[in-house]
Amino acid sequence: MSTLTTAGNIKTSRWNLRQREAIAFYLCIAPWIIGFILFYLGPILASFYFSLTEWDLLTPPKFIGLDNYARIFTRDPLALKSFKITLIYTLAYVPTDMAFGLLLAMLLNRNLRGISFFRTVYYLPSVLSGVAYVVMWMWMFNPQHGLINTLLAYLGIQGPRWLLDPKTALPSLIIMSLWGVGRSMVIFLAGLQDISAELYESADIDGANRWDKFWNITLPLLSPSILFNLIFGIILTFQSFTNAFIATNGGPLDATLFYVLYLYRKAFEHLQMGYASALAWLLFLIVLICTLIIFRTSGKWVFYRSVGE
Amino acid sequence: MATAQTKPSRDAFTELDSLHPSHWRRNVWNLIIYLMLILGSLMFILPLFWALSSSFKSDYQVMEFPPQWIPNPIRWQNYPEALTYIPFGRFALNTLIVAAGAIAGNLLSCTLIAYGFARLRAPGKDILFYLMLSTMMLVEPVRIIPMYIEFNALGWIDSFLPLIVPAFFGSPFYIFLLRQFFMNIPKELEEAALIDGANRLQILWRVILPVSKPALAAVAIFNFQGVWNDFLYPLVFLHKQTNYTIALGLNFFRSTYTVHWGYLMAASIVALLPIVVVFFFAQRYFIQGITFTGIKG
Repeated sequence: MSTLTTAGNIKTSRWNLRQREAIAFYLCIAPWIIGFILFYLGPILASFYFSLTEWDLLTPPKFIGLDNYARIFTRDPLALKSFKITLIYTLAYVPTDMAFGLLLAMLLNRNLRGISFFRTVYYLPSVLSGVAYVVMWMWMFNPQHGLINTLLAYLGIQGPRWLLDPKTALPSLIIMSLWGVGRSMVIFLAGLQDISAELYESADIDGANRWDKFWNITLPLLSPSILFNLIFGIILTFQSFTNAFIATNGGPLDATLFYVLYLYRKAFEHLQMGYASALAWLLFLIVLICTLIIFRTSGKWVFYRSVGE
Repeated sequence: MATAQTKPSRDAFTELDSLHPSHWRRNVWNLIIYLMLILGSLMFILPLFWALSSSFKSDYQVMEFPPQWIPNPIRWQNYPEALTYIPFGRFALNTLIVAAGAIAGNLLSCTLIAYGFARLRAPGKDILFYLMLSTMMLVEPVRIIPMYIEFNALGWIDSFLPLIVPAFFGSPFYIFLLRQFFMNIPKELEEAALIDGANRLQILWRVILPVSKPALAAVAIFNFQGVWNDFLYPLVFLHKQTNYTIALGLNFFRSTYTVHWGYLMAASIVALLPIVVVFFFAQRYFIQGITFTGIKG
């Protein structure tokens, strides 16, 4: 590390100042470059190679070309089903989460007494993801003695069987995840707090109503936050695994068999590393294409304030 | 509650003013918002309250209708019994070891990397920066199989190394967070030190880090939360029960003890507690961490 630039001995050095700075830069980010090769680029390329093989970890990989991909599309209805479930889940969950997140952020973006208490309450569940979160919700959804059906029973309603019924299992998982709406809420809240009150005041003078202000000021100025929540919402939701693995293990009747859950089974339970790698690469491509499409179209609807403002 | 908003008024003029239709409308609006917020927060608190309440109930109490919101009698034994049925202490210790290792690794590597991206000019820097950012959007499953094979070849499976070592090579989100923070530190501080003959590492250590404590705290807290809640990676890399993290241990407990909800809720509450405590003591770092990145737009 002693090779890092020292301003004191410029004259004695073989390198000029600019070169020394570039060397210092590459030394600083060297850990990331090594990590990128070992844990990102290498694995992605390796994964593509494995996807062209049949491999059970015990015997050497056998090259089979694109057959794994052909198997996904033509000979494995369960893979397609798991993709369809994931797609439905994403299409239902991401917009709902963003709508609730925005609604909560707008309710919480005002100077009322005790508002920070409310912000804390709504944000807290989103930091609690993981096994305990899911186990808690399994108990909430318990058909006989869970809180939800208990409350429904007070109203004389016989509640559904939630996670245990193929029809309600996926919606149950959506409700479960919506408890973590604080994640998108806090990003919207930060965005809202950045919109200057003067804009709303001058709109008031022009006689704009709440609805006008929402459409013409709030939404456009919030569009970068919307883009952020949309992209990360889609990326994370496509990879849903833990909640279904613990709460339903894909059931009942494969109703919650998420794509990554199926991939995990193929890889680590059936030891079909080649086939699982093909599933992984397909997901990688789909998410990449989705992200690129959203970024490409975002120029039309995302409004960035100029830097100087 | 609506009156809380009207300013303390001394003369009849402002008194009258608060009765003006527009003020009256505003107060009703605030009242509606309060009601919505209270109703909503009850819904958000209820799952935690229900879990806490159930954690003090016997198998019999748990099944009663109408339910006892505050259990009578309170069954404290659920906690010691649930936590000794499987070695929760060991699981907690394992998780803390992984968290400490990962946090140390990330603080060390990410500050260095972020400093490079924030302050030093070099050809190719922008491309590398966008490449680094794009890895944040990578789907994890595409790297988990090769990483399993990589760590298996190294003989690291069933050790904490796969969960700790990658942290020493930086994590994109933390690098980005720190880089944004470093960019906002006035350059004059560094320039003075450069003229005094300090090298880049000395500047990072003596000038940048002392003023970056909130950002470093945010990284440590996010990282702790991430490790504590992580499930997929420990599931793939750890197999022996003595190596389980809290998340794996709780999942094992759930799969063997499904019908004993009192125990399960006691164990879940204990598993949630560290994050809740960290959250209440360090809430501003959670929020700041998000604001530092400037993703608000």
